[in-house]
Amino acid sequence: MNAKISIRGLTKTFGEGAAAVQALAGIDLDIFDNEFVTFVGASGCGKSTLLRTIGGLEWHDGGELAVSGHSVAGPGADRAMVFQHYSLYPWLSVMDNIKWCRRLKVHTAERTMSDVEAASGRADALLRLMGLAHAGDAYPNQLSGGMQQRVAIARALMPKPEILLMDEPFGALDAQTREVMHDLIRHVHKIEKTTIAFVTHDVEEAIYLGNRVVLMAPRPGRIAQIYDVPLPAQRDQDMKHAPEFLALKKEILARIRETSGMKTDFELLEKLNQPTS
Amino acid sequence: MAVPQRNMGPGFWAIRAPISSRRYWLLALVGLLLPLGLWWGVAALELMDKVFMPSPADVARRLVTWATEDELLGDVSISVYRVVAGWALSAVIAVPLGLMIGTWRPVQALLEPLTDFIRYMPAVAFIPLVMLWIGIEESSKIAIIFIGTFFQMVLMVAEDVRRVPAAQVEAAQTLGASRGEIVEQVLLQSAKPALLDTLRITMGWAWTYLVVAELVAANSGLGYSILKAQRFMQTDKIFAGILLIGAIGLVIDQLFRAMHRKSFPWLHFK
Repeated sequence: MNAKISIRGLTKTFGEGAAAVQALAGIDLDIFDNEFVTFVGASGCGKSTLLRTIGGLEWHDGGELAVSGHSVAGPGADRAMVFQHYSLYPWLSVMDNIKWCRRLKVHTAERTMSDVEAASGRADALLRLMGLAHAGDAYPNQLSGGMQQRVAIARALMPKPEILLMDEPFGALDAQTREVMHDLIRHVHKIEKTTIAFVTHDVEEAIYLGNRVVLMAPRPGRIAQIYDVPLPAQRDQDMKHAPEFLALKKEILARIRETSGMKTDFELLEKLNQPTS
Repeated sequence: MAVPQRNMGPGFWAIRAPISSRRYWLLALVGLLLPLGLWWGVAALELMDKVFMPSPADVARRLVTWATEDELLGDVSISVYRVVAGWALSAVIAVPLGLMIGTWRPVQALLEPLTDFIRYMPAVAFIPLVMLWIGIEESSKIAIIFIGTFFQMVLMVAEDVRRVPAAQVEAAQTLGASRGEIVEQVLLQSAKPALLDTLRITMGWAWTYLVVAELVAANSGLGYSILKAQRFMQTDKIFAGILLIGAIGLVIDQLFRAMHRKSFPWLHFK
C-alpha cells in the first residue's frame, strides 16, 4: 500500500549561523489514505513545523517529502489547512467564506452548468453539516469561536482536498465546545474520506481523534514514538474513561514530561515563601 | 438598617467604562464650546489689543465681508483643489507601491529605507527646488503637498498590508490561490479598512501643508489669504482662515468616517 504522505529523513533549520535552531531532524513517517494521524509533544518539538512543511508553507532543507507520490514544492489545493484562528475573511459572509475557493482559477477551470450547481449544492451541504444553516449570511465576527472554526473547516473541505491539515484548530475553544468539535471532525473524517493530520498540545484530544498518535520530542524536533490507538473506529465520549484510553494517556503524558525540559525548582519556591526573620 | 442605595452605574472616572451617547455628545459640545467661550471672554475683557486678539464677532464679520466683498468661495475651492489633487496624486502612487512593499520582502528592502530617509527631509525645504524644477504654476503647489504626504503614505500603506494576518494568506495558499489571487483577493481586501483610515489621516496632513504650498507665488487660496492678512495686520482674517481650514478638515474627516461605516459594515456592529 502506497503512503498518501511519505516523509524520509526530513530536516529543517530555522535561522542562520549561530542563531540557527534545528526544528526537525531526520523525520521518517508514512501517512496512509483516509488515516487520522495526530501529533503531540512538548512545545518546540516541531509538530507545527512538520505540519506546515507538509502543507508547503515551510520549506525543508533536507530529506524527502512526497504527497500522492509527488515531491512537495509549495502549497497546493490538495492539502487544505485549518489554523487556530484569524484565518477567516471578515469582509465576507459565512457562505462566501465557505465558497471562497470558487473564486480561484484552479477550481473553476471548467465552468459547466452542472459543475457550478454541484459546487453550490456542496456549499449548502457543508453549511448544514457544520450546523451553520441559520448563519450563512452572518459575518464571521458575529459568530462564537467554535462556530468560526466550523466555518474554517467547511471552507477547507469545500474543494474536496485529499488531505486536511489541522494546526491546533480547537486550541482556543472552551472544553464543552471542543467535545462537540471532536465528534464533528470524526464524523467529517468518516463521510468525506479525507486523510487528516492533526496537531494538538492536548493528549486526550490526540488519542480521542487519532487512529495513530505521533509523539514528538524537542531539541532537535524528532519523532519519539508512534502509538496505535486501541479504540474502535466509531468513537464516543465515554471511551475517554476506558482503562486502555487512560493508560495510553498516562504513558504519553509521562513521555512528554520527560522531554519537555521544564523543571520547577521547588526548593527555591519554598525559600521565596518563607517569612524573613 | 442599611440605607438602600441607588445603583449609579460606573462613575465618571471608571476606566474604559462605556458612556451613553447623550453624555458623549454633551461632553463633545462642551469641549467645543468651552474654548469658544474662553476666547469670547478674553476678547470681551480687552486684555489684549484688538489688533492682536479679535473677538468671535469680529471674525464672524470678517468671514461675511470675505464672502461678500472678496473671493471667499474662490479661495476655498482653489485650496480644496490643491489639497485634494496633491493628496490624490500621492494616493494613486503610494497605494500600489505600499502594497508591493508590504507584500514582497525584496521590494521592502529596496524601497523602505530610502523612503524612511526621504520622509525626514522637511517638505518646506523643497520649495526652492520645486520652483526651479516645476516653476510657479499650479502644479508646483500640488507638488509641495505631494512631497509632504507621499512618503508617509507609502510607509503607512505598507504597514497596513503587513498587518494582514498570516493565517488569512496561508489559508488562501492551501486552497490553491495563485500569487496574483492572494494579492488581489486577500491582501488588498483585508487591508481595505486600514487603507481608508490611512487615506483619511494623510488627508489631514495634506491640509497642514496647504499654507506652505501657497507660499509659492500664489495669489489665491486660504493659505495665501492667511499669509496676506499678516502683512496687513488683519488678525481677524487670520483667525477666520485658520478656523475655516479646521472646519473643512472636520467635514472631510466625517465624510471618510461615513464612507468607512458604509463600506465595511462588519466592523460597525453594535
